[in-house]
Amino acid sequence: MKRIGLIVVILCGAVLLYATRDFPAWGDPASPASTHVSPHYIEHALQETEVPNLVTAVLADYRSYDTMFETLVIFGAGVACFLLLRSFGARRREGWYVRHIPTGVVIHFRKRPRIPHSRFFERLDTEWVPHDLIIMTICRILLPFIQLFSLYVVAHGDFSPGGGFQGGVMFGASLVLMAISFDLRTALSRVGERILALLAFLGVVLYGGIGVLCMLLGGEFLDYSELAKILPVHAEEARALGMIGVEVGVGIAVTAVMAVIYVNIASAGRHDEGL
Amino acid sequence: MEQLLQEIVAKYNYWLYIILMMIGLYAIISKNNLIKKLVGMNIFQTAIILFFISISYKEQATIPIIRNAHGPGHVSPEAIQATAYMNPLPHVLMLTAIVVSVATFGVALAIAVKVYGEYETLEEDEIRTRIREKIK
Repeated sequence: MKRIGLIVVILCGAVLLYATRDFPAWGDPASPASTHVSPHYIEHALQETEVPNLVTAVLADYRSYDTMFETLVIFGAGVACFLLLRSFGARRREGWYVRHIPTGVVIHFRKRPRIPHSRFFERLDTEWVPHDLIIMTICRILLPFIQLFSLYVVAHGDFSPGGGFQGGVMFGASLVLMAISFDLRTALSRVGERILALLAFLGVVLYGGIGVLCMLLGGEFLDYSELAKILPVHAEEARALGMIGVEVGVGIAVTAVMAVIYVNIASAGRHDEGL
Repeated sequence: MEQLLQEIVAKYNYWLYIILMMIGLYAIISKNNLIKKLVGMNIFQTAIILFFISISYKEQATIPIIRNAHGPGHVSPEAIQATAYMNPLPHVLMLTAIVVSVATFGVALAIAVKVYGEYETLEEDEIRTRIREKIK
């Protein structure tokens, strides 16, 4: 099998390397990719949409139909992870571990104990017991800044590198960091499963809703210039505002789906303990 | 030989991406462990992403964000030259492709978790023998 694989790979690579002879040279401004539609984007996007970041303009305006379905694909991935892994049955286990925080003593229970909700006791994971004050403190300090920066990336995506996908992934990563540095239960008690599902849905609906709103105002689906009828701005600025709305929808959906994927995989669908 | 070398130097970006892509393809075909296959798939995707981004590069051009777009002394729309900015289209395509690849990787890992729960191994040949035993 390995030898056959190697032969296939070498043949395939040789064909592709031979094909590079017909490719445009590195950095050629007259290459086919840069000649047809892209000059129009570069020269007219600012005039038509008032957005200096051309990547955002193309992503959320000229190709917004494509981006909507990309968001739907991500939502679908989150739903697939949930349906594949989520299980509500209790795990068979050898016991429960509770730590008395002031003394650091760990108590083992054979049956499920009633842990009092106080700051002196905390439940521990059975398989792996991370308890590092340095990591927890540093992450507690860092988390708000990471989340603030991700919101900045979403909100400033029209003017600088950024947008809904990047900001959403960063915010989702901050939730994952919380689940890693504390434990899964802490993260889920802050942002529960139902809220995550609702957020993922809300993001996609926000995107589609802006599109439908444009239709209701008499334009085509996702033609943001129609929003000028209800907003006190020009048609071009309305397109920029429509882009921000859409990016916020993308950001919310991506955040929620990243967290859903991590939580389901880390705990194998049980949502009780995991890395 | 010298001609070949010139060819490689002129198109070295494509050569690198194709080599990277073939490393990924080899991992997908011949690795036994399912997680290693997934990593191979990710390397493959990375090669494609790098390929697209390198297509968008232009000599003497900057990133596709218009300079001095707003505010006092802003650039007039006629003054924007297509050769001064890189091609934004491949960036857009790869931006969504990266996030979608993360999402599909998540689904693939979920399936791997399921497989491990069913057969208690992620090695392909062992899974195959377990399936054969189950059929018998």
